[in-house]
Amino acid sequence: MYAPEFAYYRAGSLAEAGQLLQQHPGAKLLAGGHSLIPLLKLRLTTPPALIDIGRLDELKGISVTDGRVRIGALTTHAELAASSELAARCPALAEAAGLIGDPAVRNRGTIGGNVAHADPASDLPTVLRALDATIAVTVDGSERSIPAADFFEGMMETALGDHDIVTAIEVPAASAGQGQAYIKFSHPASRYAVVGAAASVTLTGGTISTAAVALGGLVPVATRADSVEQALTGQTPSVDTIAAAAAAVSADLGDDLIGDIYASAEYRRAMAPVCVKRALTAAVERAG
Amino acid sequence: MHVPVTITVNGQRYEHQVEPRLLLVHFLREVIGATGTKIGCDTSQCGACTVLLDGVSMKSCTALAVQADGYEVTTIEGLANGSELHPIQDAFWEKHGLQCGFCTPGMILASVELLRTTPDPTDEQIRHGLEGNICRCTGYQNIVRAIRHAAGTMAGQR
Repeated sequence: MYAPEFAYYRAGSLAEAGQLLQQHPGAKLLAGGHSLIPLLKLRLTTPPALIDIGRLDELKGISVTDGRVRIGALTTHAELAASSELAARCPALAEAAGLIGDPAVRNRGTIGGNVAHADPASDLPTVLRALDATIAVTVDGSERSIPAADFFEGMMETALGDHDIVTAIEVPAASAGQGQAYIKFSHPASRYAVVGAAASVTLTGGTISTAAVALGGLVPVATRADSVEQALTGQTPSVDTIAAAAAAVSADLGDDLIGDIYASAEYRRAMAPVCVKRALTAAVERAG
Repeated sequence: MHVPVTITVNGQRYEHQVEPRLLLVHFLREVIGATGTKIGCDTSQCGACTVLLDGVSMKSCTALAVQADGYEVTTIEGLANGSELHPIQDAFWEKHGLQCGFCTPGMILASVELLRTTPDPTDEQIRHGLEGNICRCTGYQNIVRAIRHAAGTMAGQR
């Protein structure tokens, strides 16, 4: 499959990437290309120009400051999955990154490109919603932070403006007593999420003091499962309380569930509480 | 628009003017004529197009040739040392890890990646390492045996 024709510019710095975006209206940024190139080949997007930011070292790497983990936009899924810092501080994110695609895909795909495309079958947006991450965005040399809750607006839709560049993802580091997990029911060939569930549970004195649960794969945009969270908070974790909370997810699912050739909406609806239960069980176990 | 690229493939340097939309797999197959790399699904699922970019596996149907500018690509044609097969190639022969052979170049390059990151893999690690490579002939059993065999050979060579 050939993409439509486009012009190509390689940015030598973040500042130059910003200038190129201004100079070429409608241009799209190219990082690892693992969301963008498939869209180009299917002609679902036809930008007049690509601006390649894939070699900007300033957008790579993971650092930790004051309880926040900052992940450069060009950090690959393989790097996320292999990071011991991430495994210790944002374990659900490392876990989810290791479940994306396959080794060759993880070597190329980046967290910045992943969030910028907001594919509903993707894994990282689900985890970032559960962990209350923020997305750092640069435009005209000034950086701002967008909470994940506001960033992911709809199916393949984000709060990014035409000249915005995602520079980093920031995630609060897990605190003592917090357990996290990501469970994915994946399509066997594409490895995309049919249903994905992320959970973060904090235990205080044997009681669930906070619970954050998010869903992806079956909904148009990664969504928090408020009913599940409310059903858990203040409870003593047990097989029964977790099962009851997971069953509450039906109230968090709207009537716009995704159904396609891989799995019907009804099937995904039935799998949602299963994935939530597994994610909660693992998160509680790790919190204890 | 055409842009200049310099890509080293299996140790040989190639300089060409390419359209930005040219995929790396088409550069390999059609521009320089290295047809060992196959196109299967063309959607980064089947792994037939797997090559190494600076020694790290990637799917060449989901990369532009311009992204490989300045890098070194290794394809199936570059693995053997003259007439001496790479230990993984030899193991696929020895353990009958192929039938039709279409997935084999990608399967072998993915195996190179697997043994680079996990030199002594369990059967489960081998199967996970090959998640992105689909074979419709063998049922994978002999591919797993081949990689286990190759891991042993390569451990003995270190």
